[in-house]
Amino acid sequence: MIHTDKLTKTFVVKKETVEAVKGVDIDVAPGELVAFLGPNGAGKSTTLRMLTTLLRPTSGTATVAGVDVTANAAGVRARIGYIGQGNGGGHSFRVIDELIMQGRFYGMNSTDAAARAHELLTSLDLADLAKRTVIKLSGGQRRRMDVALGLMHSPRLLFLDEPSTGMDPQNRANLWDHIMRLRAEHGTTIVLTTHYMDEADLMSERVIVIDHGQIIADDTAARLKANLAGDLLAVEVAAESAAGVRGLLGRAAAGVRGLLGRAAAGGEVNENSNDGVVRFRLRLTEGARRAPVLLQQMNDAGAPAQSLELQPPTLDDVFLELTGRNLREGADR
Amino acid sequence: MLLPLRDPFSLVFSLLQPLVFLGLFGPLLGAAVGAPAFGGQSTLQWFLPGVVVMIALFGTSMIGSNLQYELMTGSYERILATPLSRSSLMIGRALKEWAPLVVQGLLIALVCIPFGFVFYPLHVLFGLVILGIFGIGLGALSYALALVSQNKEWIFWGVQQTLLFPLMILSGIMLPIEAGPDWMKTASLFNPLSYLVNAERELFAGSVGTDTLLGLLAASVTAAVGLVAGVRAINRNIN
Repeated sequence: MIHTDKLTKTFVVKKETVEAVKGVDIDVAPGELVAFLGPNGAGKSTTLRMLTTLLRPTSGTATVAGVDVTANAAGVRARIGYIGQGNGGGHSFRVIDELIMQGRFYGMNSTDAAARAHELLTSLDLADLAKRTVIKLSGGQRRRMDVALGLMHSPRLLFLDEPSTGMDPQNRANLWDHIMRLRAEHGTTIVLTTHYMDEADLMSERVIVIDHGQIIADDTAARLKANLAGDLLAVEVAAESAAGVRGLLGRAAAGVRGLLGRAAAGGEVNENSNDGVVRFRLRLTEGARRAPVLLQQMNDAGAPAQSLELQPPTLDDVFLELTGRNLREGADR
Repeated sequence: MLLPLRDPFSLVFSLLQPLVFLGLFGPLLGAAVGAPAFGGQSTLQWFLPGVVVMIALFGTSMIGSNLQYELMTGSYERILATPLSRSSLMIGRALKEWAPLVVQGLLIALVCIPFGFVFYPLHVLFGLVILGIFGIGLGALSYALALVSQNKEWIFWGVQQTLLFPLMILSGIMLPIEAGPDWMKTASLFNPLSYLVNAERELFAGSVGTDTLLGLLAASVTAAVGLVAGVRAINRNIN
């Protein structure tokens, strides 16, 4: 569905060349649900805008829905749906008119466009607002209208740029409901950008982590977390027996370090003692399976655990692992 | 184009400014300049065509600010992502400036009848058609300016406001340019608006002649230049 080869975009800002996207290679198969995850300014929106022909690549090629983005931009546009960061509805127009107009832009006739518009308004709970002017809609209603606009021509490939930014949790869940239903019913290929790690984590089958214009990881969220971050394990032992397990825990944590092949937060064992109890914190791959074994080993070493806490990793941990920075503070270098 | 119909108040409201000029400036003009300067016509008969052009000048030249607003909200980007061709988008937007101008011009002409304006329906209609053509060009230029000054609204307003008044004064809308010094008369020859105003004056006075032809020509050239500039701007807009 999507294939890019060294796709690159540079901007000239005040005589300084800024490489926003540095030669990314992306392949997306039909039916996939892919999230571009990265901090603000990482280049994910720029990549998306090149794929949707809103920006011309500086170099490299991209084929979207079988069509080259540079050679036949209009051909790409006819085959994709795009829901941008902003609100698509013109403020002084009525909701229904904008939807029908959108259908007409895609070459639908008025009758089909009207029928499709009403169908979408109903399924997005906007039917009562059809005749309202866009400016009178609430933020959540506008975002749902954006989804309706993007789906008017039933695209087989849908791009969403930061679809849920600024939405409250209920509206976010609602939006995702619609996206998931669309996918289940029509097998639509979906590519989205997000800087919400939990969203990428829960919703996407595949996460492409982008930072400083480059792809730094590309896998399922589950595998990224297992391979790059590991579970966070905290165990407490009596202070007098702590010495006996220090080496054991160090070796257990080394698994994460080994996978990464670089020193990172995961390879360390933190410890602090309080009231005669030492608390060890470490990253552990396949924590659920290995923790019981580790407990047994600790028992055998004469230092039984007094408590244990196992926390599955988040994509934020993955990002931290990959870049040494938090996703939230990501834009800072 | 349906928008003004759904919201007719905006159309009527936009006629307030020309009415103020007609009601408050018109009488002063007659008193200060005196009827002989108007070629024997009543002040209203002379001033109204200029005010009609003023509607286009003030209203249509600002239309690009709507586009700047759409650039900010995202509705323009949504349309750019559809297969609609960029040129059609620009030409369509510009062409829709025609109808409101004709309606506004007609309304204000009708309002003036009770105050002594002699109404020549066919001539006025023809004059408004020419005005509409000019409006298409001016609208397209305004859109082009909006695209060129994307993310820098002050440039849009700076250019629009800077050009507005010199163009208006040098076209003789407010006061007869014949009363001015020679350099102003020469400058007005290079102002397409002068020809438009002269054409409207001739038509509103109930005759058709060289001025009408020149005005039609000036309006057509403005429309052509505006559309070319607009289409170029919109096609360059993607970078």
